[in-house]
Amino acid sequence: MSALIEAENLTRVLHETVPVTLVMDVSLTIGENEFIAVTGPSGSGKSSLLYLLGLLDRPTSGTLRVGGRDAEPMGEGERAGMRLSMLGFVFQFHFLLPEFSARENVEIPMRKLGRLSRPKMRARAAEILESLGLEGHIDKRPDQLSGGQRQRVAVARALANDPPLILADEPTGSLDTKSSEQVFRILEAVVRERGKTVVAVTHDLDLAARMDRRIHLVDGKIEADESLASAEKH
Amino acid sequence: MQLILEIAFTHIAGRGRQTLVAIIGVAVGVGFSIAMAALMEGGQDDFVEQLVNTMPHVEVTDEERSARRQPAEAIFAVTEISGLRPREDRRGIINPTAALAWLGGWVPGRFAPSLNAQGVVRFSGREVGAAIVGIDPQSERGVSPIVGEFVAGDFAALTAGGNNIVIGDTMAERLGAELGDTVTAVSSQGLTRNFRIVGLFHTGTTARDEGEAYVLLKNAQILAERPNAVNKIRIKLDDPNQAPAVARRVEAELGYKAEAWQEANEALLEALVVRNVIMYTVVAAIMLVAGFGIFNIISTITHEKARDIAIMKSLGFAEGDMRRLFLLEGVVIGLGGSAFGWALGFGLVYALSLVRFELAATGQEMTRLPIAWSLLHYLIASGFALASAAVAGYLPARRAARQNPVDIIRGAT
Repeated sequence: MSALIEAENLTRVLHETVPVTLVMDVSLTIGENEFIAVTGPSGSGKSSLLYLLGLLDRPTSGTLRVGGRDAEPMGEGERAGMRLSMLGFVFQFHFLLPEFSARENVEIPMRKLGRLSRPKMRARAAEILESLGLEGHIDKRPDQLSGGQRQRVAVARALANDPPLILADEPTGSLDTKSSEQVFRILEAVVRERGKTVVAVTHDLDLAARMDRRIHLVDGKIEADESLASAEKH
Repeated sequence: MQLILEIAFTHIAGRGRQTLVAIIGVAVGVGFSIAMAALMEGGQDDFVEQLVNTMPHVEVTDEERSARRQPAEAIFAVTEISGLRPREDRRGIINPTAALAWLGGWVPGRFAPSLNAQGVVRFSGREVGAAIVGIDPQSERGVSPIVGEFVAGDFAALTAGGNNIVIGDTMAERLGAELGDTVTAVSSQGLTRNFRIVGLFHTGTTARDEGEAYVLLKNAQILAERPNAVNKIRIKLDDPNQAPAVARRVEAELGYKAEAWQEANEALLEALVVRNVIMYTVVAAIMLVAGFGIFNIISTITHEKARDIAIMKSLGFAEGDMRRLFLLEGVVIGLGGSAFGWALGFGLVYALSLVRFELAATGQEMTRLPIAWSLLHYLIASGFALASAAVAGYLPARRAARQNPVDIIRGAT
């Protein structure tokens, strides 16, 4: 099992009037086909860590390797390219582009990458959306979908370019219990059936308990990094 | 790039009302800039035209620029002559036939000789001082400001010969004379002669309408006791801007004072420069205000899209993609607005050109607004709008693209 992400002594300090340390000396390795929960109290640096791993933010110090490549010397364009092909994001809010239909939202990352022909992109987008239970809603715009449906479109978009790693920031945080369960099941299926790695920030300990590995953060530091019993179930 | 283009069009089309407002904003800015520029420049052109049309472009008179030098002064270095009284000069342009023939050889335009004499026009006991102008009706047609301005009678009636006169309508009013009446002209030499009024003109220039009387050249020469004399040659050029050059050449060759219209109206032209400055300032101010309006609308839209910029960056779009996207959106809105603005501007200018009003002072002159139709106005106005729109799309997009997407995503949650 090769490592998707290797982080050593990652530290992120915000230079405001008073320097604020968001992430403190974090070292971890994330491999393929893992299902990881990042937990911790509010302000413990869960999301900040996720953004660092997702190349959306740069660490103040420490080294980060994504897919075996050192992220430090990468330029802005190169990091964008990594996000495009290696990573998929799901946020607490769906963050779909409001003017585009569900299918177009899923197609946009594919078109940016440009690996497939247009008809194949269309077919693939429809296929992903249908596999997430969105048949019949493919050509609807985000404002015509329910919250749970939108979040499922967001997951479909994260899967568009078939990246090995999905980063989710409170993916169920703004959903009701039923939709929340649905989205969780989908993320679980992404790991179990598609063989991806999902790293999900959550404050829902019940959900976290159903994942394979839990990284617990307190004040920006890793307090616990443990494999959970559920992992043995599989 | 095609993807960026498609996203730009979807953005624009997807926000119907906002896009409409932005396009109307640009259109109003462009349209009003065009209309104001047309009005300002029209007024300017009209002013110059009035000025240039009512007077000859070059006027050759029988005066000389400086007093004639005494021969003794030319020969001896140190000479003082006092108590000198110049020889009585029979004023007039010497050998006018040769001078006119010489002018005919090269002047790009038309010219006419005349004899101007001071006199009085008398009718039933009333007298009005007048400049009696003796003209040659054939050549006068080419230079005269009165030919097309007749309110009664006709300029052509002068051509028929005989003792005919045309005067301004104001003079006729003051004399109490009407078309067909016989008036008496008295010259400063004391000679009198009766003339029948065959035409009344109204040019709008009071001095001319009240103080000029036109007769045949021969009649004026008789009245002034100067047979065959001509004391003025008026030249109308095809291009009024050549007047100074023509005047210089005429003066060098004939030795008489030749005055270009620019020289005769120096004070007015100075005022014109000031008007020009005012005009360009006003037009630039209108464009600037319109530009700010356009900037405001488009940058607001771009700001609202800051979240989309963050999302697209997280999906793997680079900063350059985002800048191009919003620059493109600004330009598309600018182009759309310009197109409508052209239509609006054209409509406004057309409407303005239809406006007619009476000049209250005289109560009889119908005037329309002077309008300059110029493609340049359209190009400048839309160029300005496009530039503002592009800047308005680019600057906020650049800021949003540079910003860490995390800050925007965090701000939204």
